[in-house]
Amino acid sequence: MAIQSTATRPTATRPDPSRPGRAARPGRAGRSLRRLPVRLLITLLVLVEVYPIVWLVLGSFKTQNEFFTEPTWALPRQFSFDNYQEAWLGGDLARNLLNSVLVTVPSVAFMIVLGIAAAFALEVLVWKGRNTVLLVFLAGIMVPGQMILVPLFTAYFQIGLTNTLWPLIITYTVMGLPLTVFLMAAYFRAIPREVFESATIDGAGMIRAFLRIGVPMMRNAIVTIALVEFFSVWNDLLIALTFTTREELATVQVGLLHFSDEYGATEYGPLFAAISLNVLGMLVLYLFLNRQIMAGLAAGSLKG
Amino acid sequence: MKSVLGDRKAILILLGPALLVYTGVKLVPVFWSLGLTFFTGNPLSGYEYIGFDNFVQFFRDPQARAALGFTLRYALVLSIGQIVLGYALALMYVFVLRKASTFVRTVVFFPTVLPTVAVALLFKSLFAVGQQDGPVNAGLDAFGLSSIDWFATGGGTFVVAILMELWRSMGFFAVLLYAGLLDIPDEVLESARMEGATGWRLVRFVVLPLSLPVLLSSVIFSLNNTIKVFDTLLALNDGGPGGQTTPLTLLMYRTVFDYADYGYGSTIAFVLTIMCLLVTLAVFRSARRDNTRS
Repeated sequence: MAIQSTATRPTATRPDPSRPGRAARPGRAGRSLRRLPVRLLITLLVLVEVYPIVWLVLGSFKTQNEFFTEPTWALPRQFSFDNYQEAWLGGDLARNLLNSVLVTVPSVAFMIVLGIAAAFALEVLVWKGRNTVLLVFLAGIMVPGQMILVPLFTAYFQIGLTNTLWPLIITYTVMGLPLTVFLMAAYFRAIPREVFESATIDGAGMIRAFLRIGVPMMRNAIVTIALVEFFSVWNDLLIALTFTTREELATVQVGLLHFSDEYGATEYGPLFAAISLNVLGMLVLYLFLNRQIMAGLAAGSLKG
Repeated sequence: MKSVLGDRKAILILLGPALLVYTGVKLVPVFWSLGLTFFTGNPLSGYEYIGFDNFVQFFRDPQARAALGFTLRYALVLSIGQIVLGYALALMYVFVLRKASTFVRTVVFFPTVLPTVAVALLFKSLFAVGQQDGPVNAGLDAFGLSSIDWFATGGGTFVVAILMELWRSMGFFAVLLYAGLLDIPDEVLESARMEGATGWRLVRFVVLPLSLPVLLSSVIFSLNNTIKVFDTLLALNDGGPGGQTTPLTLLMYRTVFDYADYGYGSTIAFVLTIMCLLVTLAVFRSARRDNTRS
């Protein structure tokens, strides 16, 4: 500690001889030797992240017998898609996937449409009380889903929406709305108000200016926010589990959770196939959109 | 000029639908839930007003106290792990890999987008395939250690849950903190190097203080999410064994939907909300301090 604290003093200008600044000179061999621990560390890191997924996919080709008699890291004896067929047909996976799509697409669409319009009204338009309303929306970010679950469950039942997918769609839309409004408002803040003012000079209304100029300018923001919200809706379990009153309404996550219960004894092959399909689906999406996804998820979190 | 931007009809058309839905499905339920904390029962059996008894019960109920304790322990350990690992990775991206870090960053980030249920089932199998050993126990055997029955104890399940979450989220926190590190001006680092600060000293005395704001907001974000943990522990070991890994969220869910006590369930939800609120208030405080400094 004592040695380190001297480094903060402005007098400590002499380079520390023990530092590798000099050691870098001896040439290529020395340098690559010095890089070796780093290389090993990075290889280990990538291995730790990738191996579980590889093991999972390999397991999806194994038979139940192989799971119990072969060592756990053995390669599968065959590459047949029996497990996938079993998972797809026997495990209701096809129906679960359809439900997830039927819930996620409208939820994200509603969120974006409602959110972008609200953000425009709150950030671009000038009126008394807009800050208060924005704050009320933001307060929603910190209220956990548990706080609205019980009343919503009661209300959906009384209205008669139970046994449809609407409770899921409505709840997801509202739960994603605060973040959508917040992020959209932040994007609108970057555009000077004069752009919209001048657009209305020729007599077109503010709504027209919003549709013609505001929405197209938000194209990138819409993609980013849609991605963030897609993942949060698609991967959710709490809401899906609460409002999935019948098996036919189960989303992918609920289906996966109940997968092992269905047969009594777990069929590992089909289970691994079902998980693999989930993982590989996301992998395909990630291969194409990883830059936007990384940027979007990071932006979506720093809102606090 | 102001009249164009103050167009009342436009405001109503644009904001109205969102505000209406938000009020009906979020604000009203929050207050409804708040009201339920003073009752016991459910819509079928009828409600009975009991004043503050639910809150008294919460602090006496050993199950609730265990869940509260578990939630805090889980949030604390996981948040520290996420930040430390994430920051170490971010430092490696910036100072060791530099321009070559894109591939590693992308690979390590990937598990972030995977569904929690899928990851939990995968990790469950990694640690035990039914009664068979998974790769982890097989690995322990290979090193001459005895294999562990991870899911037979609360401690074992806790370890698996933490490892799983770290595996999934360290790439995310690395990217978050990496962005913060990139914001440090090169001139600052250069002049620090001229002063003789290299390696560990550069990190300790120059980089760390400068990345404090982004570290702080990451801590808050992490705490806010880990307090609300639900699917990880439900999918991993059903909150067990014997409820030892049941967080507040899962206890609330069980209270409402298994034991049909909507009032007590709402009380647990309310406690959870207060916890999130406290964490979020810390964000605003830290954010304000940040503003006054710049």
